[in-house]
Amino acid sequence: MIRYILTFICAFCTYLVLTAGSGDIWLWSAFEIVTGLIIAFVVSLASAKWFCRGADYRMANPLRWALLGLYICIPFFLELIRANIDVAIRIITGNINPGIVKVNPGLTTGFGQLLFANSITLTPGTLTLEADEKTGDFYIHMLSVPREMVKQKTADAADLFSFFKIHEWVRRIAE
Amino acid sequence: MTEIWVVALGLLLLFVILAMVRLWLGPTAPDRVVALDAVNTITVCGIIVFGVAFNETVYVDVAIVYALLSFVGTLWLAKYIGGDL
Amino acid sequence: MVAEFIVTIFLGLGLLAVGLGVVGILRFPDVYTRLHAETKMTTCGAIFICIAVVITEIGAYLASGEMQYAVLGLHTVLALAALVFTNAIGAHAIGRAAYRAGVRPDPAVVDRMKGVNTDD
Repeated sequence: MIRYILTFICAFCTYLVLTAGSGDIWLWSAFEIVTGLIIAFVVSLASAKWFCRGADYRMANPLRWALLGLYICIPFFLELIRANIDVAIRIITGNINPGIVKVNPGLTTGFGQLLFANSITLTPGTLTLEADEKTGDFYIHMLSVPREMVKQKTADAADLFSFFKIHEWVRRIAE
Repeated sequence: MTEIWVVALGLLLLFVILAMVRLWLGPTAPDRVVALDAVNTITVCGIIVFGVAFNETVYVDVAIVYALLSFVGTLWLAKYIGGDL
Repeated sequence: MVAEFIVTIFLGLGLLAVGLGVVGILRFPDVYTRLHAETKMTTCGAIFICIAVVITEIGAYLASGEMQYAVLGLHTVLALAALVFTNAIGAHAIGRAAYRAGVRPDPAVVDRMKGVNTDD
């Protein structure tokens, strides 16, 4: 039951954001609100099974979403810009040293692993190729592997980032 | 102010053509998918810039739908290349 | 006037990033390095272009007070969120599929994924 309610709320909020500014009941017209309720109901019936898998509802806490917003605005954005300057320099000079390394940040929940994989794909010269859900191992393609990381069997997640500890942020958000 | 957006649109079109070169040359199938993904991303940017230049909200809605649908297309191509299909 | 200048700067930065990404696709030697260029640079370019768009629309909304401009800015933010999220997952899917299809990283100093069973 609770998963249907959560899916309904998410679908309805998405619909409201998409139709904001359509009328004068605060921001929406009555027609859009009724249509949104009906559509969100149908969507929640159809997709609750995939949207909330398992019995883990910790992401329903709004505080975690606020922290996620803060994470995207400050550490993620700064790391993104630094990574882009790095990749731009490598594109111009052609100075690359690629390889695949294994890293284990110790994340256990599915959402945490997804967030870490996405962050790592967009930030520090790395790209997630394969993630093992059970052991929490990530196989990462790096554009330039540091010399000491070539020998390590499992690299340390803290060595990947420059300004912030992204894996600590992800653990605080999702676990 | 509109001229800036039209110039940006022209440059994005040039980038699409350059990415098409990799789509044409690409030695392996994954290379072509990468180029196609780049073309999709640049197209979404182009649609948004187009919507701003002509001040139409509907174009930006089209960009949202295009981004989601191109994602589904990329996923299915990746599944096909990886042998899951 | 200042807003116009800032918008031009952000738009220029975005176009520069997208252009460098396309050059990277043409220049890098194998699939994985090309994925780096494609994913990071075009996504960053899209973020900067969308920042320019949002600044323009906020300026137009404050100047004229019409709802249409604010809606355009809001939808741009939504399109950007969809783009960033799907680009990362799409890159992950392409890289994994390429490795499964037998494309190995050609210049590679280390390959820890060799011999790992990826069928699950």
